[in-house]
Amino acid sequence: MGAGGTTMNDFTDAFRFIGDNVSLLWHLTLDHLALTGAAMAIALVVALPLGVWLGHLHRGSFVAINISNIGRALPSLALIAFGVALLGIGFVNVMVALVVLAIPPMLTNAYVAVDGVDPDAVEAAQGMGMTPTEVLLRVELPLALPLIFAGVRTAVVYVIATATLAPLAGASSLGNVIVDQATYRLPGVLGAAICVAVLALVAELSFALLQRAVTPRGLRAGRRDGEEAVPPPGEGRRVLVRYANS
Amino acid sequence: MAFALPLAQSDPVIPEFGRGSSCVRDPDALFCWGWVKDNWSDTLQPALLQHIALTLIAIGIGSAIAFSLALTAHRRGWLTTPVVVVTGFLYTIPSLALFQLLVPFTGLTRTTAEIALVSYTLLILFRNMLAGLAAVPAEVRDAAIGMGMTARQLLWKVELPLALPAIFAGLRIAVVTVISLATIAVFVVNEGLGAPIYNGLQQTFSTELIAAGGLCVLLALFSDALLVLLQRAISPWARVARR
Repeated sequence: MGAGGTTMNDFTDAFRFIGDNVSLLWHLTLDHLALTGAAMAIALVVALPLGVWLGHLHRGSFVAINISNIGRALPSLALIAFGVALLGIGFVNVMVALVVLAIPPMLTNAYVAVDGVDPDAVEAAQGMGMTPTEVLLRVELPLALPLIFAGVRTAVVYVIATATLAPLAGASSLGNVIVDQATYRLPGVLGAAICVAVLALVAELSFALLQRAVTPRGLRAGRRDGEEAVPPPGEGRRVLVRYANS
Repeated sequence: MAFALPLAQSDPVIPEFGRGSSCVRDPDALFCWGWVKDNWSDTLQPALLQHIALTLIAIGIGSAIAFSLALTAHRRGWLTTPVVVVTGFLYTIPSLALFQLLVPFTGLTRTTAEIALVSYTLLILFRNMLAGLAAVPAEVRDAAIGMGMTARQLLWKVELPLALPAIFAGLRIAVVTVISLATIAVFVVNEGLGAPIYNGLQQTFSTELIAAGGLCVLLALFSDALLVLLQRAISPWARVARR
């Protein structure tokens, strides 16, 4: 560590480690993605219908919005640790912790997205004789989709990041190498850290592209990144929930 | 540089019950107040204070950087996109990975932890401050200029006060995020509430990690409430405007 030359060497060694251990890292990446996929599948099934339904009814805003603040305040390390204390170690228990972390951003965004659909559009749809189900499926959902998707994207990246802590609770992920410096030394730790960072960035970018793809054309114009404030917790109609990744 | 982190599933660790607390009688209890009382002053309180220090330093430095960038970008619009791209990139890197990637540069030090924590505040603070400034109505700005205000007066007396709600929204999110992420700093520096959580993770005795994790959540919620009160105190005009 320290001055330029050795720092360069550290990273050269890290890339050499990646080159030498492709199959190990690939195997761990698959474990990482399996954990992420399982947790996301469950969290999606719980959070999206609930958020969309509450938003459609315009009810439960306090819970639906504040759950993401509480979610943000929950340290993922502590949650994994709670999981170990309560449930013991293993894949399922880590997955449960990840589900708990993935639900709040998706629930809040789904609620805010559907709740915030332009009331004029909903009224027009009702005036055309649409049933509540049709209003939900053909007006509210398409208009809410980009923001719902933003919540899914936040959750995916957050879960990928947190799955790195899985080995602390006895499940396998790319974190295996990062938290086991005794075995893999600094080059291994750095190499795996690079892999995790790349995985998170790839997920973020591909979901950003997907989000653009699902945005109805009429909504695409105008909004420039960096000009949209993140509203204070518990306020504002459009809450774009983003988490830093732990 | 040797920094061994035994995994949770390694050899069973003999529970450490602290100094003669009542938990010895019931080691299976999930939570034991006696332990918390006995170990408050030598374990939990120092960790809590370190955690607060880690957070305050990160928020202080992060605010200084983000706010100077935002003020510059407010005048020179082209700066916005590069800043958002770079800070967004930093924001996406998982913290455990970012902490480790900084180790070759700054070692297993508090500096490493702070650099990572600061980098997570930038995107939120920058976006919110810039959005707050951009949302100041053009008429208000024109009126201020018409009254003969200089650029500096315009900024300090008109634009910044009007941007306060957005700025505070960003601060609240950044503070809560940093408090939560600072627990991960335990992998590079043995400070903050992450230390007792990590220690607890390696034992079958769960009181320590539940107490430390709970303290961390409480600290986040308390700081959030404190910022709400602070915002009210320094923007008395907003209270009247509310419905």
